[in-house]
Parts: sequence; structure tokens; C-alpha cells
Amino acid sequence: MTARITTRRQFLTLVSGALVAGGAAAQLEPNIQALRAAALEAAIRKITGGKPVRAGKVKLQVPPLVDNGNTVPLSVSVQSPMTAADHVAAIHVLTEKNPQPYVVSAYLGPRAGRASITTRARIADTGKVIAIAQLSDGSFWSDTVAVVVTLSACLEDGLI
Amino acid sequence: MARVVVNVPASAKRGEVIEIRTLAGHAMETGFRRTQTGELIPRDIITLLVCTYNGVEVFRAELHPAMAANPLISFTTVATESGTLEFKWTGDNGYAATQSASITVV
Amino acid sequence: MSPETRAMQDDEATGPAVFWLLDGEALWKRKEGPAGAACASCHGAGSMKGVAVRYPKIASGRVVNLEQQINVCRTERQKAPPWAYESRELLAVTAYVARESRGMPIRIEWNEATAPFLKAGREAFNRRQGQLNLSCAQCHDDNWGKRLAGSVIPQAHPTGYPIYRLEWEALGSLERRLRNCMVGVRAEPTTYGAQELVELELFLMWRARGMRLETPAVRP
Repeated sequence: MTARITTRRQFLTLVSGALVAGGAAAQLEPNIQALRAAALEAAIRKITGGKPVRAGKVKLQVPPLVDNGNTVPLSVSVQSPMTAADHVAAIHVLTEKNPQPYVVSAYLGPRAGRASITTRARIADTGKVIAIAQLSDGSFWSDTVAVVVTLSACLEDGLI
Repeated sequence: MARVVVNVPASAKRGEVIEIRTLAGHAMETGFRRTQTGELIPRDIITLLVCTYNGVEVFRAELHPAMAANPLISFTTVATESGTLEFKWTGDNGYAATQSASITVV
Repeated sequence: MSPETRAMQDDEATGPAVFWLLDGEALWKRKEGPAGAACASCHGAGSMKGVAVRYPKIASGRVVNLEQQINVCRTERQKAPPWAYESRELLAVTAYVARESRGMPIRIEWNEATAPFLKAGREAFNRRQGQLNLSCAQCHDDNWGKRLAGSVIPQAHPTGYPIYRLEWEALGSLERRLRNCMVGVRAEPTTYGAQELVELELFLMWRARGMRLETPAVRP
């Protein structure tokens, strides 16, 4: 939804038939992009306390090309026996380009049986979605998916 | 009017991992949108979902503005014993909603 | 639409339209007006099956859509005030009624009664309009399957209205969607409930005849 603010002026060009690659049309102003990248990094650091995050164990499923950025189905599953001694304590989902980086933080434990959550997110702009799992041994694992978000062709412009 | 829906199997075998689906009716106003005249629309979202199973917390989720409207959250839990699962949502501006579901574990 | 969007539509228990269906069911049973009559007082269980696939219909020389018929019942039978177009109540009850026909083929016929309205609707479908000077047919007959700004142009069969549109993050009617298209081509959107708009709805439903109703659908 917030992508509309930056790209509405692109609308007439798009309708005239010019094909514009999703990424190029939705490019954020460089300063805003830098601020959001910094916010994402800060959010990850807050989650991990500065500990390293390794790619693996986590599977983030989100469509690579979304129908609409307002409602993007996503699910995260983590390989884990989910026992008292070895389980997933939390799953965090973040985005690279949203105005604030957090989507959801889910707190699990051995009673979950499986480390798996499904939800629907808002993804404002083409970029990465990141899932970070915190294990009971204090380690952090992640998976990242690059998602392309396009705008609806015809918008109401506030006129319902 | 209707505000929350939970989908919990009515019965399960002891030790079985069951899937729970929850849905809350809420616009999840992000706090980043503006009116036609440029004013910021204040944030109004659900911030927390907690699920307890016979009084013991088995799941908790912190929601942020990047959650879609009418937030769906599905998760799993082990069917340990018969009883009640309680779900509680809380959010901005005093939002609160609860729902419960019974399960028979054989 | 993508498989993920389709999965949301097929998920009846926790699909995003479920709150409107629950509200619709509650409103269907709610006693209204001086006589304390609910929709359910006249319309028994299962009586709405097969109704929505025959709408819009011709009545007293006019074409009437389902929303309008619900309001006719409210004002004439229940003696209650009509619900505003796109109000939560009207959408909820329309969705509840139409849901009863989910899976059934759309049944609009071209016959003596419907012909004048269908001709008008077809003419509207083929007419260029707006600052962009585009007709519905140019996108939805001539260029369906191709992309407009990243979105795939559909054939525009209204098989699932009222729909939960992801863009709206809410349930909305076919008229809202048509007005949305008109704004899209920079045309003055026709007033809710106007005969010209309902004629176009009739034509679109006739054009979709035989296709199965998917209400409440989920669309991008």
C-alpha cells in the first residue's frame, strides 16, 4: 500500500503500454532506501544480540511474484526435533524495503511439535523477505527470498 | 459483529501435532498511510496473539504493521490432553478479542 | 491470479472473506422493522440456493441486481431502511446469499425480456470512454492474458462477486470494481445502482454464462 505514494505518478506511463520492469518502477529514493537498510540491520542485531546468523535449516516460502503487495501469503518452517533439549524458540520475519522492518515474531517451544507458521504479510516494494529462527542452543539461522511486487494497474485513487 | 475465527480440530490422538488456524477481523492500519490531504492516519493494529492450552502458554506472536489486514496466523501444537485452547488478541486503542475451542484427545 | 491467491479463495474456514459471511448470516437472522421480520422469516434454510446465478434479473421493466433486490425486500417487506451501496451490511448479506450458489453455473439467458438490457450492456462494454479513451473490450476481449503494468489482464468474468479484493483489503461489489475500472481509464464513474451500470453487470454475467460462481472470490 505505501508503494502507491512513491509511484502513483508512474501510473499514466504504465497504462500507455510501456512495459516497466517491476523493480525499476518501484525504485525507492536512495536516501530512504539507505535508512530502511539500516533499520533492517538494526532490527536483526536486536534479535540476535550481534551473534552470527547462518543460512540454513529455515525454509521461507513466499511467492517470488506477488499478486498484490497488500496480502502476501508466507510460511516459515524450520528443521528441528522440537524436543525440550533442541527446539526452535522463535521465528522472526522481516522485510528489506517496508517502512519498518518487522513483520511478525512467533514464539514457539517444544509444545509446538513442529516449527512452522503461516501468515499473510504486507510487502511494500520489491526486495528481500528474511526469516530468522532462534534455536534453543542460542544459535540463529535464516532463509531469504527475493520478492517482486507490482502495483495494481487500475487504482481507485480514493474514490470508492 | 464477528471478529475472530479459530480452526482447531475437534479431536486428536495423544501426541499428534495439530494445525491451528486463527483469523482476526481487523483493518491493521499501518500508521504509514496518508489521507487525500496528506495527514498521517494513526497506527491501529493488533499487536499480540497468545494461545494457551489448559492454561499453559503454547504459542505467542507479536504482530507489526507489516501484517496484512484481517491477520491470519497458523501454527502447530502437540495434542497433549483433552481440554480448552484459549486465544487472546490484544492491540492498539484497547483492542481485545478472545476465543476458545475444545479438543478431545484420545 | 496466482495459486497462492486461489488457495486463499478455496480456504473457506479462514479465507479473508469469512467475516463478511459470518456478519451476513447474523444479519439474515436479525429481526428488522415494525413487524420484526428477519430475512430468514420468509426465506427458509437452503432457499437461496441457485438465486445469485440468475442475477441481475428483469423486474417491472428494469434490470435489478442482487444488492438492489435485497434492499427491495428490506424496504417493502421488512419496512426497514435500505442499506447504502458498499455498506458492510449490504455486502455481508449479498455475499451470504451469493455464497449459497457457489459452484453452480451462471444462468443468464438472452431472451425477449433480457435482450434490450443486454444490448445496452454490450454497447457499454464496447464503447470507448474516459480520457484514456479505452473500452472494456479493448483490454478484456482483445488483450486478455497480456500484462498491464505487471498485472495479467483477465477476461473479466464476474464469477465471484462480492469479492475480497487484495487491493481493497476488503469485500466489495462488482459495481465498485467497475467504477474502479472507469477511474482507471479516467472516465466519470457511473453512480451506484444506475440502470446503465446494472445493464453492464447483466451483460458481463451473460458473457460469463455457464461458468461456476465462486463467491466470495479473492482477487488481486
